[in-house]
Amino acid sequence: MNLLANILEQLINGLTLGSIYALVALGYTMVYGILLMINFAHSEIFMLGAFAGCGVLSLVPGLPWPVSMALAFVLAMVACGFAAITIEKLAYKPLRKAPRLAPLISAIGVSIVLQNAMFLFHDDFLGFPTVLPLRRLEFGQFAVSSIQLIILGSSLSLMGALWLFVNHSRLGKAIRACSQDREAAELMGIPVNRMISLTFFIGASLGAAAGILYSLYYGSIKYNMGFMPGMKAFTAAVLGGIGNIPGAMLGGLLLGVSESLGTAFLPQASWKDVFAFAILIIVLIVRPSGLLGERTAEKV
Amino acid sequence: MRLPFKHRAVPFIALAVFAILPPILKNSEFSYVIRLLGLVGLYMTVALGLNLVVGFLGLLDLGFMAFYAIGAYSMALLSMAGISFWPALAAAIIIAMAFRALLGAPVLRLRGDYLAIVTLGFGEITRIVLNNWDSVTNGPKGLSLLTNANVKPVRLFNWVISTNADYYYLILITVVVCVIVSERLKNSRIGRAWMAIREDETAARLTGIQITRMKMIGFVISAAFAGAAGAIFARWESFVTPESFTFWESVMLVAMVVIGGMGSVPGTLIGVGIVMLVPEVLRNVLGTALVSWRYFLFGVALVLVAVYRPQGIWPSRRLSRTTEAEEAAK
Repeated sequence: MNLLANILEQLINGLTLGSIYALVALGYTMVYGILLMINFAHSEIFMLGAFAGCGVLSLVPGLPWPVSMALAFVLAMVACGFAAITIEKLAYKPLRKAPRLAPLISAIGVSIVLQNAMFLFHDDFLGFPTVLPLRRLEFGQFAVSSIQLIILGSSLSLMGALWLFVNHSRLGKAIRACSQDREAAELMGIPVNRMISLTFFIGASLGAAAGILYSLYYGSIKYNMGFMPGMKAFTAAVLGGIGNIPGAMLGGLLLGVSESLGTAFLPQASWKDVFAFAILIIVLIVRPSGLLGERTAEKV
Repeated sequence: MRLPFKHRAVPFIALAVFAILPPILKNSEFSYVIRLLGLVGLYMTVALGLNLVVGFLGLLDLGFMAFYAIGAYSMALLSMAGISFWPALAAAIIIAMAFRALLGAPVLRLRGDYLAIVTLGFGEITRIVLNNWDSVTNGPKGLSLLTNANVKPVRLFNWVISTNADYYYLILITVVVCVIVSERLKNSRIGRAWMAIREDETAARLTGIQITRMKMIGFVISAAFAGAAGAIFARWESFVTPESFTFWESVMLVAMVVIGGMGSVPGTLIGVGIVMLVPEVLRNVLGTALVSWRYFLFGVALVLVAVYRPQGIWPSRRLSRTTEAEEAAK
């Protein structure tokens, strides 16, 4: 019975972490779907989101927590969205027709710039304001914290909103068209450049929200905090099938759960990353285009 | 390297300049430059290996430092077991190639960025294993060769290699060997097959090239370069820790190859020089007050190079439409 309760608790931990990975993974996968590039700077957007949220929360003390949280989310998401649009215009757009690895290098450069800009601003850990009520909710044998539930709730509703937007709105349809075939979409009169900007905006605002949720979970932020979750989220995006939106969600949740179960049941907690990457390699060997990725036929 | 006649002398002049540097800089305030250039040379060796995969074959590899790490740890462990330098070097190279083959066998059939993420995963796995397998690798504390009585000195005939200048020459020789091997490979049947695969895999298959086998050959040879560099590094530093082999190092290696010009041997050397020396030069130019700005400026420079020279600083002549063809195929 104790074992079962332990497994359930780890499952909740894993889902919480995994839902954050999933939000970040969506940013990678949507940009990949439309531009076929790995946006290395996305993990820095995640970091910027956390700092922006921290800034907003420390500027408005005394408000009831749902109001201040909502304010932090909206402002950080909009700010990071516009930051990502600017980055795309300056660093990626001139490279649309360049060799495929050139935008990757540009993205690495942007990542270094953002990280060091933040390093110059604040080079150490910064405590994240504790605004959420911390309670332990017990359900019989196992317990969850209120923060976990809030994180799970917010990230799942963001994912739901994204799903509705992409599948049931005209703009969402246009984005899907662009990622299926950019040239054909352009011929149908879809403003492709605006759709690319919109994709970057959405991806970045989800990343910023994830940054805030991650800092709520761990309680402190730092200029290089984006690196590890960014890498995990990218792994999650590939695990689910890169370019595939439900795939990124599934991949993130799976990675989070396998990681926290790994932490609990492996002899040494630090082996959990080996576990995560080993799962990735095995999945890719069995299903070379990821869990939900389609096998695209080669066009000659 | 088919340069016009008057330019053929350039590599030899460069080599002569690098060969006479240590006696000139000895006892001057710039003696640290020798150590720095030795490190640049090691990275050139690794980058030339990566260039076989990224430049010649067109496959993105984001975990290449793993094989440098495997070379370094193999050398450290073998030296501590009392094996002398040259047999240990050969063994380190073979071990690195064996791990590369083990990774390549299942994953080389993956396409494009899926391969990139698997190599990234392998790189991380390697680093984490080195960090946690305390009984063999001594975990994060690393292995030190200095205090170990079993470690035999590195010698070539009567030349005992011990100072920074000695290692500088050893590394210079290694880089020259790797340049020659790269150039010979590039113009060989295998090299031409690699470039055909890079330009258009389907067309290459139709002309009878065995794709997976050719990829495997390139993949495994590249690890030999990395393994050799790692092994020399281990003896030079007399100390190895997992922290020298992070994902970030692998990413910077890719940046070096791409900035220099994918598939171009001189380009790769130039790319390594730029990526490693620009932060050092900035450190001296900016002075102590602004020194923390150097990585920021380095990032800006990386973006500018990518935007204004997307094909690299010294692109390979044969590399032209590579990736557009690949793009169109998707």
